[in-house]
Amino acid sequence: MTDKYTQLVSQGLGKDVAKKLGLPQPVVLRRHHPGAPLVTGPVLVSGDSAGADDLATTMLGWGLDVRRNALPKEKLGAIILVLDAVQHPADLGKPVLTAGASLRDLSPNARVITISRTSQSARTPATAAARQGIDGLLRSLAKELRAGATANGILLDEHEDEHLATTSPSALGALRFFLSGRSAYVDGQFLTIGSASGSLPHDADKPLAGKVAVVTGAARGIGAAIARTLHRDGARIVAVDIPAAGDHLAAVANEVRGTALQLDISRDDAGHRIIEHAVERHGRLDIVVHNAGITRDRLLANMDEGRWQSVIAVNIAAQLRINEALLASEHFKDSPRIVSVASTSGIAGNRGQTNYGASKGGVIGMVRSTAALMEPFGGTINAVAPGFIETEMTAKMPFAIREAARRLNSLKQGGRPEDVAEAIAFLSSDSAGGISGEVLRVCGQQLVGA
Amino acid sequence: MAAADVTTDGPLESATHPQTTRSAVIVGGNRIPFARTGGAYVKSSNQDMLTAALDGLIARFGLQDERIGEVAAGAVLKHSRDFNLTREAVLGSALSPETPAYDLQQACATGLETVIGLSNKIKLGQIDSGIAGGVDSASDAPIAVSEGLRDILLDLNRAKTTVQKLKIIGRIRPKDLAPDAPNTGEPRTGLSMGEHQALTTAQWKISREAQDELAYNSHRNLASAYQRGFFDDLITPYRGLNQDSNLRADTTLEKLSTLKPVFGKNLGSEATMTAGNSTPLTDGASTVLLATEEWADAHGLPKLATVLDGEAAAVDFVHGKDGLLMAPVFAVPRLLARHGLTFEDIDFFEIHEAFAGTVLSTLAAWEDEEFGRTRLGLGGALGKVDRAKLNINGSSLAAGHPFAATGGRIVASLAKMLHEKGMVDGRPARGLISVCAAGGQGVVAILEAA
Ligand SMILES: NC(=O)c1ccc[n+]([C@@H]2O[C@H](COP(=O)([O-])OP(=O)(O)OC[C@H]3O[C@@H](n4cnc5c(N)ncnc54)[C@H](O)[C@@H]3O)[C@@H](O)[C@H]2O)c1
Repeated sequence: MTDKYTQLVSQGLGKDVAKKLGLPQPVVLRRHHPGAPLVTGPVLVSGDSAGADDLATTMLGWGLDVRRNALPKEKLGAIILVLDAVQHPADLGKPVLTAGASLRDLSPNARVITISRTSQSARTPATAAARQGIDGLLRSLAKELRAGATANGILLDEHEDEHLATTSPSALGALRFFLSGRSAYVDGQFLTIGSASGSLPHDADKPLAGKVAVVTGAARGIGAAIARTLHRDGARIVAVDIPAAGDHLAAVANEVRGTALQLDISRDDAGHRIIEHAVERHGRLDIVVHNAGITRDRLLANMDEGRWQSVIAVNIAAQLRINEALLASEHFKDSPRIVSVASTSGIAGNRGQTNYGASKGGVIGMVRSTAALMEPFGGTINAVAPGFIETEMTAKMPFAIREAARRLNSLKQGGRPEDVAEAIAFLSSDSAGGISGEVLRVCGQQLVGA
Repeated sequence: MAAADVTTDGPLESATHPQTTRSAVIVGGNRIPFARTGGAYVKSSNQDMLTAALDGLIARFGLQDERIGEVAAGAVLKHSRDFNLTREAVLGSALSPETPAYDLQQACATGLETVIGLSNKIKLGQIDSGIAGGVDSASDAPIAVSEGLRDILLDLNRAKTTVQKLKIIGRIRPKDLAPDAPNTGEPRTGLSMGEHQALTTAQWKISREAQDELAYNSHRNLASAYQRGFFDDLITPYRGLNQDSNLRADTTLEKLSTLKPVFGKNLGSEATMTAGNSTPLTDGASTVLLATEEWADAHGLPKLATVLDGEAAAVDFVHGKDGLLMAPVFAVPRLLARHGLTFEDIDFFEIHEAFAGTVLSTLAAWEDEEFGRTRLGLGGALGKVDRAKLNINGSSLAAGHPFAATGGRIVASLAKMLHEKGMVDGRPARGLISVCAAGGQGVVAILEAA
């Protein structure tokens, strides 16, 4: 469902008028569907490190149309800027300017992806400067791209003796995610690859085949989209929501051929009930998506205890308690995945949402701290922070505020629940096994705070 | 598949103990909240509600696309368009369209009889799984046209020319247009069910206080069951309702005692039956999933209880020998005798509260020495039902009574109670269900914890 404004300004007269008035010009984003190609045209791999060569070779193996040098006037589906070997800010100029010369050849909904190393792991100030420079470079570049094109970065972490290759499984997984329509609403973001764990799926269209996934808050909105997307990717779904939402929950569960579990996640025994249901009905539990969340907005000066406590209870305390049960369970030991839905409000803050911001900031803290606890058995935990997503919840916002929120991002439109779901599906997959403790924003590069 | 080995030797009062090799287990149930007539479901047909109850069951147990052995359900108030009600509901549900279905009708015992019928088929080896159910709408009840109008309309249908048709239409008189509203009156006595019960209530000298107390307990027990979350996996909300709308959690004995009597006002004795201690007309639907143990195991589904056996009885209320709703009084001792059981062996009594007077008259008859000797052919009274074991999670006075849906409500709730209770003195917990029905009938059953 494209919003009316996007529809209007994407065609004919509306398009001309919008252009003349200097109104924002959102395009219809390229989104994933089973069987869709990874990219829409040739891929330029720029950079002359060994890592760049290896990556180009791997991508040729995927059957992509890979270029090491741009051909004049050829439309490109993506530019991959491999900067894994830079040691000084002066090293950035040549590869970046070369890539820059090809930006005008990007087709609509194209991708620019940088691959570099984390600045924290740099051994010298100059290397750290070069690496951190890529952060500022990419976020600025993302704001320059047009027509649904996005720019995102992959950061390879370095440990004492582990030097992650550009072709490590999760670097490739992240690359495929960023190239594809699955990342339509992810813009100006970095994903850090922490280890060489993970593996690419046998069947690219069913990356979650054989997995059992629990999705909380699945009766509607983003949760329902997560259930659908994980199901599309091959997972069996346990759809959880409060008993009062049971009718919508049943409809979602039946649509995705899963089971409905009517459960308030803030109950003390929620974790136990979730594990029991998944194991009894589906024989295992691989993925838990903490999506259920509520807002009870008030300026802090007017905040009452009920509003504050209920938001903390549902949005973060429940997740902590359920995670404790998961971590203690023998049924959650086979490279399991936890993905929590945070919010950009928990990062950049939002007027009237001190309680919500605290809960969503809490989710991010929890995710970072829990990563180490998941590691011994190959598990990962990550957060996805949505920006403005078109749901029943946001449809109720006053028109002017909604319009503003929609346009205040690089893609000049709100995201769809499916966009959040795609990021979660990726982080739930085997190919994201080397990514943990991360927060991925799905916000179209929201202009405030991000 | 093992055929059941049933022996019937001679004209015994009841069949001998059936020797079966398979048991029929209750996996679980689902119903929609019951709504007082003219309330939340005023626009819902029997088919809508039965389909909703089925879809909730399918979602709870992941039965999408499953070919169930057979689905049996029914309604007491049926439109002619409902001639294949259950099959139509199956076709509108997420079950496999290759699931066969049949309708059954036995007045208020319809729901319980579908459970008994399907469990017999399971025990016999004819089917491995079944869904029993029932639905009724007094809001969307069929309204018959008057006999006069019916004659005219049938003639009109046979008329060939416009002149003939106009002539026939000219025969319609205003009085023909008054519809025949449905009523629950007994065809052979012309008395309503309430008036019939008033005779029995007076006969057994049941006091107003005792009836009000039973009604009060029903509301209190149902409310606390809701509060405990007992119904979280038994009910799926429907049309904005997530609790039975008749439930008055805050009712008191004082409030109940102020209500004016509505039945038995011309009997010469004190009229004791009020709207508070009689069930209101109600809309709703319920379903129960039955299966063999193997089927439940293979599907990773729970086994709450088994259907031990059932028994039907009927009384001669037309000549006043027994009260209209007293048939269970005779069915229960027969069923207990067949299994060598007494009230001591029963842990839960679920006696459908058509009227508080019905339950209390039934209990009084079982406690009566002379009745036991002369009418039940026993040495004395059948026994005393421990009130602490009676309708402990509420019954029809609080929940309401959509005729054919009541059996499924009771069976699913009792099965869950038995499962929670588990073993008692080294034997499985046992529950007795008793449902009275129009036409002087009654159906009773025994369930055991699985
Ligand atoms: N819509 C947005 O723009 C946006 C932006 C940032 C973050 N988010 C987050 O995304 C998540 C989903 O948001 P949405 O827009 O789909 O909201 P929504 O209100 O449409 O859906 C939330 C679902 O969670 C369920 N839920 C609430 N409390 C629950 C509990 N105690 N137990 C079980 N289920 C419960 C609700 O019944 C509902 O079905 C939330 O965590 C929200 O904070 C949304």
